[in-house]
Amino acid sequence: MAFLLGAILNGILSIMLVKVLFFASLRERLGVGQVMLDTHEAISVQEVWQRSSGENVLPVNVLIAVNHTYSDAAALVQPGDEVAFFPPVTGG
Amino acid sequence: MIELREMPFDPWQYLAERQVSQGVEARSGAAAIFVGTMRDFNEGDSVQEMYLEHYPGMTEHQLETLAASALKEWSLDDVLIVHRIGRIIPTQPIVLVAVWSAHRAEAFDACRHLMESLKHSAPFWKRETLVDNSVRWVASNTPG
Repeated sequence: MAFLLGAILNGILSIMLVKVLFFASLRERLGVGQVMLDTHEAISVQEVWQRSSGENVLPVNVLIAVNHTYSDAAALVQPGDEVAFFPPVTGG
Repeated sequence: MIELREMPFDPWQYLAERQVSQGVEARSGAAAIFVGTMRDFNEGDSVQEMYLEHYPGMTEHQLETLAASALKEWSLDDVLIVHRIGRIIPTQPIVLVAVWSAHRAEAFDACRHLMESLKHSAPFWKRETLVDNSVRWVASNTPG
């Protein structure tokens, strides 16, 4: 019973989290690759940046993806979403 | 088709095997191929190796999106994108973009467009190790 309650609670808690990822030189500058943010409601990407990076200003050259799709600072993020911040891409 | 590879690959052998396994398409009169290879210099410095970081999940998704968009925009029979990840040394191929079409104009245009879109939007980041063992992130792409 306790196990079942625990599993249900864990499920609910993970739904209320936003997974935030940082890549490449940005990850090294911030000193962190992943942050889990607790939120019960939709918040903007700008707010996700402030709460996860500890920095107020989102640098203009930082790219943003929400759930693996390019997005922008004004976009709304739902609990359960994955947000990524990264520097300009240099593949190919 | 999209593929990320951690191990070195030979794009020409890759294409030959693909042609054999699929059978040459009778309707494809044109194939345009781009192969990008690691240089041993960048921004005036000698580079001894490179690490290619990517965003698992999004990188594949973005390459699939680019391929789907090219198939929609041009009259293509097939699209192939193969990209290395991880540790790479000079002379190793990094990327292979191949398109098949009935005619050359569509094949050339689609191949060029796919490669440029990949450079600007696919989440890969290069970290170079120079000959003095110092390490630096490549800040931006070369113009072309």
